[in-house]
Amino acid sequence: MTRTLRNALLGAAFGLALAAGPAGAATIKVGVVAPFSGPFGVVGKSFKEAIELYQAEHGKTVGNDTVEFVYKDLDQANPAQSKALSQELIVKERVSVLAGYFFTPDALAVAPLIDEANIPCVIFNAATSAITEKSPRYVRTSFTLWQNTVPLAEYMAKQGIKKAISAVSDYGPGIDGEAAFKATFEKHGGTVVDTIRMPLKSADFAPFMQRIKDSGAEAVYAFLPAGPATLAFAKAFNDTGLRAAGIKFFGPGDLTQEPDLPALGDAALGITTTFNYSRAHDSAMNKAFVAKHKEMFGSYDTVTFTSVGAYDGTHVIYQMIKNAGGRIDGAKAVESVKGMSWESPRGPLTIDPDSRHVTQTIYLRTVEKVDGKLENVEKEAFPKQPDYGYKLAK
Amino acid sequence: METMFGIAVDGVAYGMILFIISVGLSVTLGLMRVVNLAHGAFAMVGGYVASYAAQSAGLPYAAALVAAVALTVLATLPLERLLYRRIYGSANELAQVLLTIGLTFVIVAGINYLFGPTLKRIPLPDLLTGTVALGPKAIPTHRAFVIGAGAATLLGLWWLLERTDFGIRLRAAVDDPAMAAALGIRTERLYLATFALGTGLAALGGVLGAELLPLEPYYAIRYIVLFLAVVAVGGAGSIFGSAAAALALGIIDTAGKYLIPNFGEFFFYAALILILFRWPHGFFKGRTA
Repeated sequence: MTRTLRNALLGAAFGLALAAGPAGAATIKVGVVAPFSGPFGVVGKSFKEAIELYQAEHGKTVGNDTVEFVYKDLDQANPAQSKALSQELIVKERVSVLAGYFFTPDALAVAPLIDEANIPCVIFNAATSAITEKSPRYVRTSFTLWQNTVPLAEYMAKQGIKKAISAVSDYGPGIDGEAAFKATFEKHGGTVVDTIRMPLKSADFAPFMQRIKDSGAEAVYAFLPAGPATLAFAKAFNDTGLRAAGIKFFGPGDLTQEPDLPALGDAALGITTTFNYSRAHDSAMNKAFVAKHKEMFGSYDTVTFTSVGAYDGTHVIYQMIKNAGGRIDGAKAVESVKGMSWESPRGPLTIDPDSRHVTQTIYLRTVEKVDGKLENVEKEAFPKQPDYGYKLAK
Repeated sequence: METMFGIAVDGVAYGMILFIISVGLSVTLGLMRVVNLAHGAFAMVGGYVASYAAQSAGLPYAAALVAAVALTVLATLPLERLLYRRIYGSANELAQVLLTIGLTFVIVAGINYLFGPTLKRIPLPDLLTGTVALGPKAIPTHRAFVIGAGAATLLGLWWLLERTDFGIRLRAAVDDPAMAAALGIRTERLYLATFALGTGLAALGGVLGAELLPLEPYYAIRYIVLFLAVVAVGGAGSIFGSAAAALALGIIDTAGKYLIPNFGEFFFYAALILILFRWPHGFFKGRTA
């Protein structure tokens, strides 16, 4: 009995010592929750590659502390599983920072956890505006649908387009996109003749194309999750003669993300999108980023928006560790990066102190062939775009 | 009026695609009584072979199509010998489900490993791109081609199962294997041939349907419900039943999505429930093949 008790006491003391952490050199762990297998496995891969790239460039230590990343696989949108994995990271792995999160529900599910454990959560992707309202410990380095859509709708109105139609997938981000588009486009004098919400599992898009055609709109604003749905939509748009009829195709840049472009093929040519990052972005820093990626992983085919989301997220985490000088306190760490500005492969970034979301340049791009490869070629830049949807969207 | 015509044309086109990717399942599930959940996986394998043949090996579309069907059949025949042969018969339904879903997972992982998780395409020849006008309505040439191919498949299968010796023997072997064997019909060979027919049709559907159901490693799981719905509504084993079911579901789905898009898939599944309520064994159960 006494032996058991002694062991328990020793264990508890040891645990406390671990929790308190030695003042000198320590290992700071960062937990990354993202899809590493399954249909969205390519996302986790791009996160991991970007983190490894950042560590190769900036070293694995900050001051005296070693930064170690721990990865957890969450293969699809599953809030309960997201919460369980994050809790495991906090309790068992004793991570100081949580990061990753591709889908909105997965990011939302950890709000009570990060508040209770008082650790910061750096979101690499999940793009619904409302997320950062749910906890003051969220910081986001990706983009939101509002952020991309507002400049796009303004651009469309300026091009003299009067009648447009919106066609979005019927889920959170799609509805955000529709709301942002309708509000902005109508504010600038345009008319949204119809708003179509398409079921997520649609296989055949011909009926929606017929509806777009019958609506008499000059342009369509479309948003679908990247992957098979986008491909089928773009194909249907061409095959049913909408492109030939002169209807213009606009959307947020998720539609034409780089890994999908080869499959979209010539169907993608001419699609105009707005987004925060294009692999073809013309800057010395981006060229070095892409070249380094190719050197480390053999090809740059997977470099896309999730890569810079993770790369800049890692930068923010490093900055938090530097500011904290060792031990991370969630609320203070977030406070310490508010207003922080830096130069990223995608352009200049600032963390907005209110929304804790990056204010960034949004680019207008058109899909074109560059050296035989399809790329999003930037045509115009809209600097300093905030998250318009913060405390506005549902 | 023009709208109704448009819906009808799009619905028939969608229905024919549903038919061509589901008819192989109707053969294995209906005629051989094997709940083959790996049907989608076989269709996917066909699609990937065609994609590889057309893109990496540079074969023309028609050759890639033939290669896909032939190679898929060749690759799956050993599976019949080693695995499927052990689970024939309606007493083995649970074993069939477990085996074929397991096989599906293996194929999904294999394709993911070999070809990666990104979308693959089968480039169409110039002849099949563009649109054809049907009165006031234009439909993609590729769909017109699929409608033609679907009609040809329908007639071919009907002829094969109803008008040839092979068909008579097959139906006899399915209805009463012991009696058929006693009469000197070599049921093992017959089953092998029918299995090959089923997987060949699956591969054909995978290639022809790839424009609508894009190829990626999770294809095998993503669309299996669609295939099963068509076969269940049509009545297992009935070729005309499958065609009727595919067309009905295609038209209902298209009309619903056009007229009330916010209802989503509601009409598809509502139709499924109502039809199965009225005809629990599908449209054509127990009549002709």
